[in-house]
Amino acid sequence: MSAAPGEVMTAPAPEKTGSSATVLAPDTPWVTIVWNDPVNLMSYVTLMFQKLLGHPRSKAEALMLDVHHKGRATVSSGPREKMEADVAKLQAAGLWATMARDS
Amino acid sequence: MRPFHRRFGKYSASFEPAEASLIADLVDQVRQLLADRRAQAPVDPLAQLTGMTMGPDSKPADPAVARLLPDFHAQDAQLSSGLRVLHEPDLIAAKDAAAVTLLDSLPRGGGPVRLDDDAAAAWMAALNDVRLALGVRLEISEDDTPPPGVDVADSPQAAMYATYRWLSAVQDSLVSAMLDA
Repeated sequence: MSAAPGEVMTAPAPEKTGSSATVLAPDTPWVTIVWNDPVNLMSYVTLMFQKLLGHPRSKAEALMLDVHHKGRATVSSGPREKMEADVAKLQAAGLWATMARDS
Repeated sequence: MRPFHRRFGKYSASFEPAEASLIADLVDQVRQLLADRRAQAPVDPLAQLTGMTMGPDSKPADPAVARLLPDFHAQDAQLSSGLRVLHEPDLIAAKDAAAVTLLDSLPRGGGPVRLDDDAAAAWMAALNDVRLALGVRLEISEDDTPPPGVDVADSPQAAMYATYRWLSAVQDSLVSAMLDA
């Protein structure tokens, strides 16, 4: 992900979350993954995790930082149809999202 | 440009005439890329009868369009193909609708822009699609690292990169205003 350029840059404060920023729940065989890319703004990715997936701000920021630092993060999990819908929503917003069977 | 800020529940910014036509031109170009892709969808009489639109079953050849419409699965090509057939028409429609919303709310001669929440979301998505396409054309591959060729003054690459960075600032001002809302 990219920080915004110039003086309008507002990098999110690196929040200390302690926990792994995944949202895996038991008995849910599919997950939605978001991959790092060099174009999407960190601020935009955070906002989309809030708006499209309903994550609170702190979790959205933690997931965004996971994507940024680890190259990918699991951002939701659930039945396959739900993951299809999540991937479609995130892709419509321009995020690089895929789904996978949880393993 | 006066960047976006939130005022009385709306998102306001202002653009110079040249800035407004630049945005409109780039958004039109993305619409054209997506329209060309939509034209590659197979014509299936049965699907048409049932009102279903099906997309192509393979990835777009143009890497910029492929970035706008990625595979649904990172490894499973067969699953990705099936989900592309199913979802790509709606994804293109959503991106096109966002682009149209932006174009409808952008004064072509420049001037103030005032957006409600829905229009602001459409602007963010449409500006992002332009940046994604420009990012592929510029071969941006590293976070916050200038791509090759943009340090040559007066080159087309340098101009495109300046445009890209300016759009990043416009988009970020809108995102920041929404995050703070």
